[in-house]
Amino acid sequence: MSSPLLGYVDREGPLHALSGVSKLALALGVVLGAMIGFDVRYLAAVAAGSLVLWAVSGVRLRDLSVVLWLITIFMVLNNIGIFLFAPGYGTELFGTRHLLLDGPWHWDVTSEQLFYQLAVTLKYFAVLPAVLLFVATTRPPEFASSLARLGVPYRFAYAVSLALRYIPDVQREFRTISQAQQARGLDTSRGAGLRTRVRNLSSVLMPLLLGTFDRIESVSAAMELRGFGRGRRRTWLVSTPVRGRDVLVMLIAVMLLAVPVALLVVNGGRYWNPFV
Amino acid sequence: MTRSHSPVTQVVAIGIGAALFFVLGRFAAIPTPIPNTSINIQYAILAVFAVLYGPFVGALAGFIGHLLIDVTGYGIWISWELASGVFGLVVGALLLKNAIADGEFGTSLAIRLNLSILLANGVAWLLIAPLGDVLIYSEPANKVWAQGALAFVANSVTACILATIILSVYARTRTRSGSLSRDQ
Repeated sequence: MSSPLLGYVDREGPLHALSGVSKLALALGVVLGAMIGFDVRYLAAVAAGSLVLWAVSGVRLRDLSVVLWLITIFMVLNNIGIFLFAPGYGTELFGTRHLLLDGPWHWDVTSEQLFYQLAVTLKYFAVLPAVLLFVATTRPPEFASSLARLGVPYRFAYAVSLALRYIPDVQREFRTISQAQQARGLDTSRGAGLRTRVRNLSSVLMPLLLGTFDRIESVSAAMELRGFGRGRRRTWLVSTPVRGRDVLVMLIAVMLLAVPVALLVVNGGRYWNPFV
Repeated sequence: MTRSHSPVTQVVAIGIGAALFFVLGRFAAIPTPIPNTSINIQYAILAVFAVLYGPFVGALAGFIGHLLIDVTGYGIWISWELASGVFGLVVGALLLKNAIADGEFGTSLAIRLNLSILLANGVAWLLIAPLGDVLIYSEPANKVWAQGALAFVANSVTACILATIILSVYARTRTRSGSLSRDQ
């Protein structure tokens, strides 16, 4: 069961050839940039860039269809939630009110609200393709070495690497224990009632946890015996060298972070207000 | 008498704890009759890790595990990932001195555990997550507090019940200190 859980797509492509460090920097730049910036023009540009990147990457929509559906549902629900709870939030933010549709009670559709929700939706389109592309085009072992090369303490990077390494193992163990308990007659599927399911699930959790504690003990003993944590630095098995195009990608990442900060000053706030 | 763990054990506990958090969060969620809401058992496990391995492990295992869930599912939502980390941190910090690894799990410790989980959930889902959503993502306040309250109730109930069961069973598997007596 070594299915690529985290969605690594093994295929030749321009993004696959890049070093993990530069891709991580780009993903971080987009995530942080879109976190700071609420300027619709900036978000639209990043979203367009993300989509172009997706087009050239060689990753197909089908490869990540489950994840994409989940995100789409989440995005739509979030938008509906915002409108149900705060249909006047756009007016509050931009200070004007252009009524488009007179709805029941406070649910009036205003162009300010639509503009605000456009920014929220654009955030999804700006951030998610970049992050998903990073996951789809970087081999999991390279995650950790990339983190360490960006300056994250290597013990932390190694913890991330351990997590990725043990996800398939834990998953297999969970399935084995769950099937063994089902063979003994403990139903954890949809058929059983909620109370029975919670009770039966805890009889799956207990062996899983006790096994995990044993595993932690043996893995840490093995690492300690090999002198983990003795040195100030460590080398990594998988790491791609940084080349010219990687430097270019990292420069773009810095730009992505610098632009929204500059826009904060230019716009005098987080929003670009076209209504005044 | 808390056992102190070596830094290497802590690194391993963070990694494997995050893997467990991820697997349970992605594949073992119990859907409830309420749409789009599921019972998250991973927070009970996170509380157990925080109690047994300390606040540092709890914080990082929660943060990394939640980040991995979001990267492969719902998209990065940094305020909620931070909240998971804070939950682990608070539970671990409030139960720093415990002797569960020596087989001690009495009523007073169970009460302390449940109060700590409630408080940690409160800090995470009623303070950090919604506040982060408002400050970072500029979401409407009443919507995020409604979401946070829902998460608070659901996670508190499951984490309190499951973590208490798990830790009391775990304590019974450990040998009590001073449990040997001289044979006449």
